[in-house]
Amino acid sequence: MNPKKMWNTYQKEIPENNLYYARSCIRQNFFPASEFIFLDIMRNVLGKYVFDDPNHTTCTGIGYHADVVPFDTTQTVIARQFSLMTEAGLENIAVSCVTSFGLYTEVLEMWRHHPEQLERIRKFLYKATKREFNIPKSIAHTSDIMYSCKGFIAEKSKYSLINKDTGEPLRAVEHIGCHYAKMFPSNVVGGAEFPRVLAGMIESWGGQVIDYPERRHCCGFGFRNYLVQANRGYSVSNSQKKFESMKPYKPDFILTNCPGCAMFMDKWQYLIAEMEGETYDSEGKGIPVLTYEELAGLVLGYNPWDLGLQIHQVQCEGLLDKIGIEYNPDLKYADKDGNPLPLPKKPDILIQ
Amino acid sequence: MKKFGFTTAQSRSIDYDKVNTKLIKYIIENESSFSTCISCGACTATCSAGNITHFNIRRLNIQIRLGKYETIKQEIDKCMLCGKCMLVCPRGINTRNVIMLIKKGLTTLDLSD
Repeated sequence: MNPKKMWNTYQKEIPENNLYYARSCIRQNFFPASEFIFLDIMRNVLGKYVFDDPNHTTCTGIGYHADVVPFDTTQTVIARQFSLMTEAGLENIAVSCVTSFGLYTEVLEMWRHHPEQLERIRKFLYKATKREFNIPKSIAHTSDIMYSCKGFIAEKSKYSLINKDTGEPLRAVEHIGCHYAKMFPSNVVGGAEFPRVLAGMIESWGGQVIDYPERRHCCGFGFRNYLVQANRGYSVSNSQKKFESMKPYKPDFILTNCPGCAMFMDKWQYLIAEMEGETYDSEGKGIPVLTYEELAGLVLGYNPWDLGLQIHQVQCEGLLDKIGIEYNPDLKYADKDGNPLPLPKKPDILIQ
Repeated sequence: MKKFGFTTAQSRSIDYDKVNTKLIKYIIENESSFSTCISCGACTATCSAGNITHFNIRRLNIQIRLGKYETIKQEIDKCMLCGKCMLVCPRGINTRNVIMLIKKGLTTLDLSD
């Protein structure tokens, strides 16, 4: 087959406007500004309409993958989100979380193959809430939308992903969430084998993507693997495998599109440092982990402390210095009026 | 070092740059049919020794390629050289000769890294 024709089969239609926004449960705790930055960029930089509905709930993903929420319940909860979208007069749903994106896609796929199940869920939802819903015209992960808008962001960018001292592109590791690309590859730009969504952003904004042996390995999040303390060794061992594999390539930062991957690849670096004394960069500071919204915010010139980078376990000043981003170290831990906040305790091994 | 109530597992990934290949090279030099093995496991399924012990030729094949000589030494004497594995091998590999070469290699070759 003609390679160009073949590549077309790996594309998806991504709506960029009139979106119903479904937030993540955990992102606002660990990456507190990411969702705000997405909405701010979409609305105020790109001029799109995105409806952020305070009435929507969890998708039940964590409970579902931990075997405590039955699939019927999950489908009914997701049907309720669709009913809220229908009520808002919208047809396209933009999902912030990779777990939710995978689950929404799974539910729609289930209904496509089993229409009788769709009818059951319609009845369940009506019985419980008197609500009705339309099936969304399209489901996009917010990284898809950011990927689709990467050119506009590049045009409006203040900084490039270039080392200001050497003039070389920054070396980035991109990590795609498993539930984004591996469950339903046809719903992903580039499919499961060649997902372009993060690589495309990095390259458009001036960076260089590193291809390393364990690039497509899972981060280890795995729900049941981390929910039980005794099982967390499975989780951290997966991340460690990736860190060891990427270390020789000396990445400047890691970019992810999944809340779980970003959280664990950031926090497990601290854990491995404390458990085994190992860090994966040359200075013992760890490899910074960013979400795609934070990266977009950085290139657009947002204040790094407004992006919430100080909340990360691995601190980002080294990366900011490489790009040449200006920041005020005195305002790193300060409230909105500039008053100092209590300082977090610093680890001994993963130095800051 | 701090304790968190769980530990990391040792990586099971295979680094082929570090694997000791002396025995596998010796076997293939002397029984070239062994290089055509597809690890189907027919030999193991029919193995007489495998019925009464945990002897497993398919696993042995992998251990030879990984250079795990201590495990092979413990396993190899379980083979009774009946030759049933030769009859079922879809690639026609002389598995009995492979077993003999393993025994010979373990005693005559310098297998140190």
